Amino acid sequence: MIKVEHLTKEYAGIVAIKEISFEVARGEIVGFLGPNGAGKSTTMRILASYLPPTSGRAIVAGFDVFTDSLKARRRLGYLAENVPLYHDMRVDEYLRYRGTLKGLSGRKLTGRIGVTKELCGLREVGRKKIAGLSKGFRQRVGLAEAMIHEPELLILDEPTIGLDPNQIRQVRELIKSLGEKHTILLSTHILSEVEATCNRVLIINRGKIEASDTPHNLVNQLRTAGLVNLEIKTGNDDPTQYLLKIPGVKEVQLEIDGPWRKGWVRIEANSDLREEIFGLAVERKWVIRELSKERATLEDVFVELTHAEGP
Amino acid sequence: MIRRVFALLFREFSAFYYSPIAYVVLFFFLILNGLAFWFSIAPLSHGPSELTVVQIFFNKLSFWIAYLLVFPVITMRLFSEEFKLGTIETLMTAPVRDWEVVGSKFFAALLFYVTLWLPSLLYFLIFGWLINREAVGSGAQLWAPYLLLLVMGMFNLSLGCLASSLTSNQIISAMMGSVLILGIFLLTMIGYVLGDSSPLLRELTAYISQLDHMDTFSRGIIDTRPLVFYPTCTAFVLFVTHHIFQYRRWRI
Repeated sequence: MIKVEHLTKEYAGIVAIKEISFEVARGEIVGFLGPNGAGKSTTMRILASYLPPTSGRAIVAGFDVFTDSLKARRRLGYLAENVPLYHDMRVDEYLRYRGTLKGLSGRKLTGRIGVTKELCGLREVGRKKIAGLSKGFRQRVGLAEAMIHEPELLILDEPTIGLDPNQIRQVRELIKSLGEKHTILLSTHILSEVEATCNRVLIINRGKIEASDTPHNLVNQLRTAGLVNLEIKTGNDDPTQYLLKIPGVKEVQLEIDGPWRKGWVRIEANSDLREEIFGLAVERKWVIRELSKERATLEDVFVELTHAEGP
Repeated sequence: MIRRVFALLFREFSAFYYSPIAYVVLFFFLILNGLAFWFSIAPLSHGPSELTVVQIFFNKLSFWIAYLLVFPVITMRLFSEEFKLGTIETLMTAPVRDWEVVGSKFFAALLFYVTLWLPSLLYFLIFGWLINREAVGSGAQLWAPYLLLLVMGMFNLSLGCLASSLTSNQIISAMMGSVLILGIFLLTMIGYVLGDSSPLLRELTAYISQLDHMDTFSRGIIDTRPLVFYPTCTAFVLFVTHHIFQYRRWRI
């Protein structure tokens, strides 16, 4: 559905994105993550035909966004960051206007306005002016507008920014339900949201794609995934040398806390040596108070990939 | 495509009435026009006049002030507001072509401009019907100035569009528009000022002087040269506007 090849965008002297390539298949919900200024919005704007790339190619629904822009735009719904809307229009007027621009008319248009309003919870505000709506409602007007023409692809730039937790949950449910029919590329800073909704995650940092995988795999590949937390009472033994003898243990870091030793053991990622550690403790008659595998989150992945090399 | 352009045009035109600008403009414009009309018919109470009411009206200072002031006010928000609000992004990611946007904005402004002048036409018709048709001027004497008003308006509105496409600040847009429109208008008056010392200059500026054109047309004489000149200039300025619009959008 989306195919990006060696896409580069430079603004006067600044390289916003550099030679990025990725693909999004039909029906996927892909989370696009990265720190502010990493190039998320730039990439999305290029995909939405709003900016031309400096070099490289982007294909949306089979059409090049630069040379076949109109056809690409017809198949795409785009929610811009900060949701710019005409404040002086009423919600119904706005949806009707945008629907017509996107090629709907007559009964089909009226039908779609009804359906999207229902989906986005806008039924009661149809007659209201956009200027008088709260942030949450405006966000939903933008979302309704993006999907009014039933696009094959939805590109949503921070769809949940500025919403309260209840609204975030509603939008998340909405995106999930949309994912059954549409392909979605969404950017966000709320990582639990990505874990809950997305099939795949793209992490971009300083204009480069750092990772592309399912949230589950990303978490498992993480360095922190290879940590085992340990709290033991070993008497006179020095546990470090015993632990290091277990094959697969790379590093041990224990601090003395009264009679207890507290800390972590670094092991190979994707392995689990808790059984061996337990065996050792039984053998040496140590007392175990805690033996647990560190549970990494997408947040750890994000921090590790985007923070490690600070400016 | 037709439906799409109409949707754009309708949105742009109704946007005038969403904001208070339209009503303020209408209010002051009607006052100035009413004054101009009153000044045009007042001399008739002192006796017969050589000139028709239409002729006096369209050569009055109050007419020219209203005429020149109205363009920047109409055009200042057309592009500037979209840049400021960021709605340009939603607009241009919809399947619309750049020239459709520029064209619909221009024609919406033109449509609003036309509605501004309609009441004054009513003055003449009612006065002619109630008092004396001959005094007002009939046939081409009445229609010709309106025809010229349309083509000259097109040109000045396109200059306003150009100014608006250059900035995201409406006030700067209005200022630049005024400077462009007044500048070109005043430039052609050099002929009047220096006409005595240089008859050639006087003759040259007569070709492009809006004052001279109006003088001709308000007599009921339809000169085809301005009818070709102004639309051509309009097309050119809109072409430039279109390119600036594209450039600005892509640079952001």
